[in-house]
Amino acid sequence: MTAPLVEIEGLSKVFGRAPGVRAVHDVSFAIGRGEVVGLVGESGSGKTTLGRCVLRLLDPSAGRIRYDGTDIAALPQRALKTWRRRMQPVFQDPFASLSPRMTVAEILTEGLAIQRIGTRRQRRDRAAAMLAAVDLPEDALSRYPHQFSGGQRQRIGIARALALEPEFLVADEPVSALDVSIQAQVVNLLRDLQRRMGLTMLFISHDLAVVEFICDRVVVLYLGRVMEIAPSNRLYAAPRHPYTRALLSAVPDPDPDAKRARERLEGDIPSPSDPPSGCVFRTRCRFAQPRCAEAEPPLEEVAPGHLKACWRDDIGPA
Amino acid sequence: MTGLVQAAPPILELRDLTVAFALRAGTLRPVEGIGLSVAAGETLALVGESGSGKSVTALAVMGLLPGRTGRIERGQVLFRTRDGAVVDLAALDREALRRLRGDQIGMVFQEPMTSLNPVWTVGDQVAEPLRVHRGLGRRQAAAQAVELLATVGIAEPARRAGQYPHELSGGMRQRAMIALALACKPRLLIADEPTTALDVTMQAQILDLMRRLQDGIGMGMIFVTHNLGVVAEIAQRVAVMYAGRVVEEGPVREVFRRPLHPYTAGLLASMPRLGTGAAARAGGGTLRAIPGSVPSLAERPAGCAFAPRCALARPACRAALPPAVEAAAGRLTRCIRWDEL
Repeated sequence: MTAPLVEIEGLSKVFGRAPGVRAVHDVSFAIGRGEVVGLVGESGSGKTTLGRCVLRLLDPSAGRIRYDGTDIAALPQRALKTWRRRMQPVFQDPFASLSPRMTVAEILTEGLAIQRIGTRRQRRDRAAAMLAAVDLPEDALSRYPHQFSGGQRQRIGIARALALEPEFLVADEPVSALDVSIQAQVVNLLRDLQRRMGLTMLFISHDLAVVEFICDRVVVLYLGRVMEIAPSNRLYAAPRHPYTRALLSAVPDPDPDAKRARERLEGDIPSPSDPPSGCVFRTRCRFAQPRCAEAEPPLEEVAPGHLKACWRDDIGPA
Repeated sequence: MTGLVQAAPPILELRDLTVAFALRAGTLRPVEGIGLSVAAGETLALVGESGSGKSVTALAVMGLLPGRTGRIERGQVLFRTRDGAVVDLAALDREALRRLRGDQIGMVFQEPMTSLNPVWTVGDQVAEPLRVHRGLGRRQAAAQAVELLATVGIAEPARRAGQYPHELSGGMRQRAMIALALACKPRLLIADEPTTALDVTMQAQILDLMRRLQDGIGMGMIFVTHNLGVVAEIAQRVAVMYAGRVVEEGPVREVFRRPLHPYTAGLLASMPRLGTGAAARAGGGTLRAIPGSVPSLAERPAGCAFAPRCALARPACRAALPPAVEAAAGRLTRCIRWDEL
């Protein structure tokens, strides 16, 4: 990893009154400059909450978010304005995240206007340049979101995020709502832009194949806790946490000749308002032992850059 | 015994199925000229992207097209009932259809939260088809409902039967929906994206469950999905739909190993596959996306609807709709250049 741009340390988010729902619990990891880190896990794993905390769209309950050396976790909203232009979100649903009453030009220049960047004319030029960057024609500027297909709308969402020339993107399931053939277009676009602009990215997805394709490193969350962190090459080839193993083996493979390692997780993810004692994954883990109920396993390094939170050291790929 | 495999007579056969939606803007046909069949114990996957007509096809078979605007304009939906008679579902009245649905034809939808009734307990809902179609008494039906919930892998079925849908997790709701669909041991199950709203681990559980139950009942299944991985897991045959038509059909293994339509080939190539990402990242590779997007219903091009996105297209493709040709035994394609793929 290169020098970190974003360092998350002991981040927690609790919703509701005490004891509340611990959506994210004591999460720590860093994202290097120009690095793409994937955040994976099932619904209820806390990945969206974590992404929103990192952007300060939600206020974390505890922990630090050092952005380029400065802790922004506790900064008041007013003080965040200067940071906002450096970090931008891309949302999942290109239907819900674009105002239906704004033209594309208005959508793309809104952030610039709020940040008082450039003249009207310059902002419009920037918007046109952004459209070109996401392969949309310039005449799109005067149209409204509903006049575009899902894939085109997601391109507009990406153009909006890039208009402020941020260095850091948090993309939350950016291709999940798209059809397969369009998904590939948008994945290619994101990768290409990321490389050309040297963007740092937190890529949140439940789709492990897309994550493998686009991410340098992957953080696996379960019930708000980090289960495993590893460079993509290692995580997919040699997972060390039973949860990662189970997740990978649950992905259906279109290759009719693929050998299917079947490893089924039983039951449901427990409620985050009443997590199991010790390791939160133990209630669904086929490798669980008595000690797993007693204490939460620490996140420890098993190889350079490869961390796992599991008491057992004998877990390999399925 | 000879070595011949006797093909089971189809439970369902669609012939030239065409659905018309009468809208103010004119008549639109989301589904045109579909011919398909499903045998007992067999699973046929219907795959395609949004707007391909796969869900409308399923709705048409079930007789659940939106009544005011949608109707079967042409074609037949031949269903072989339990007593061996063949009836055309497209020609049945509502009442006769209602008697078949929930009894001989089961249905599972994508979102169990909207297809289960929120003000009825889960047990009452699973019991209902048993009371309606089997004439069971309240108590007997309730007892069988609990058994069914146990069969679909719901822990503490008696307690769950007394709960309402919102008290169950998404995976459990889908199990309950499956219990409801299978209560009367249908001949045919129509499942429309039943695992799409679920996490992968839950999806794997539900696919296992559906396979197991199908083996037990021997029913035919139409499984509508956009996920090619799911197709490989659950179906023996696949029909690929694009812009309202089946563009390719055949055994899953053969179709996926050697697609005979450029759209199928494009779909397979555009999908990132687990275990291939590392090499792709290192090589700076990109996914092979299909350019352009699916044409809207009102703007479907003449001839082959895929031609504007197809690298192989030539004038003949745009001039006339390519006929469905049997390129090999059991393999259909609507591409005039299939042998050049």
